Amino acid sequence: MSKITHHIPEEMLRAYAAGTLPQPFAVVIAAHVSLCDACRAAVEAESVLGGALLSELSPATVSEGARDRLFAALDSAPPAPPQQRGSGIFPAPVMEALSGQPPRWKMLGGGIRQQILSADGEGSLRLLYIPRGRAVPEHSHGGLELTLVLQGSFSDCEGQFGVGDVEVAHDDVDHQPMAGDAEPCICLAATDAPLRFRAMIPRLLQPLFRI
Amino acid sequence: MTPAERTEQTQWLLAVRDRRDREAFGRLFDFFAPRLKAMLLRGGLRDGSAEDVVQDVMLSVWNKAAQFDPHRAEASAWIYRIARNRQIDLYRRKPLPEPELVQEPESSEPDAPQILAMEQEAAQLREALQKLRPEQIEALRHAYMEELPHSEISRITGLPLGTIKSRIRLGLDRLRRDLTDLRPQ
Ligand SMILES: [Zn+2]
Ligand SMILES: [Zn+2]
Repeated sequence: MSKITHHIPEEMLRAYAAGTLPQPFAVVIAAHVSLCDACRAAVEAESVLGGALLSELSPATVSEGARDRLFAALDSAPPAPPQQRGSGIFPAPVMEALSGQPPRWKMLGGGIRQQILSADGEGSLRLLYIPRGRAVPEHSHGGLELTLVLQGSFSDCEGQFGVGDVEVAHDDVDHQPMAGDAEPCICLAATDAPLRFRAMIPRLLQPLFRI
Repeated sequence: MTPAERTEQTQWLLAVRDRRDREAFGRLFDFFAPRLKAMLLRGGLRDGSAEDVVQDVMLSVWNKAAQFDPHRAEASAWIYRIARNRQIDLYRRKPLPEPELVQEPESSEPDAPQILAMEQEAAQLREALQKLRPEQIEALRHAYMEELPHSEISRITGLPLGTIKSRIRLGLDRLRRDLTDLRPQ
């Protein structure tokens, strides 16, 4: 595994563990944590504090018979549904978002492909495929954009991003990610607002592409 | 809780994991069920629903015990995470996506020094917790067992959100500093 240098900010990890992030961001973070031991350790450390707080709570009264009912249920309990596994470059949370299927790419022009995994009031989540050496049209964001590299690399004004790295682009960032030369770049991108492109795709067409 | 009791909880969970030991599971239930219920009541569930969710969480503890890894978590942390995700999912439109499980090699032997070191770190965190002011601990309880997606924490407590947030930060900051003091870098 290549060395991950761009991580999830601590506040965002905490919001993920608290369940308060919109679904598209939560998927990107779960995917990054699947690849990154440092962020996994940070999330699991939060649980140690949660466990300590839980242990110190004054106990509530559990109704009589609850224990017996639980024991009676142990044998008849249906086995836990099998957990989604990762496949190739896609960690388990991405396979989950893909419903276990390989991506079905749509051409966007310029060799760039995408598959929208979800798009609703909470924002959008998509996979992007950028041919080697190609750039995504320059754009800014109405909100926050998280981009996780799954294959290859890209670079923009914020730096270079390899497999496992996450770019956190705020609404003031105006950037043009360019794929590295070694192989096509595949990334998972989440936004909480539509992207605003500067060129190539006129704004009128954006609803059509849903980007 | 004494360190011996904490180690005991992990022993119980390991007995459930490795031998499907029902007596050990009963002990886990007796300790955690009343506290899980207290947590869920704090999170806004009514008595009956809180008890249903406790049953659900304890069933998951039984069913998912094979995933428990004492090198990475104490029993309380592992059970907290199961309960917390369940609690969060009650308020979310879609279930919280979880990271891929770490695949442990089948033959890996327990690494006693690593488990001990992890338990010591956790004990230090608990000590740091004891040193906080009551309102800081209360703010942490808000964050870790009550603050839920779309919940109106400021309305419930009558405190402006900014105050709670800064208390949480102060509390965690203090935790972190205390931990750093205790742990030579
Ligand atoms: Zn990371
Ligand atoms: Zn962007």
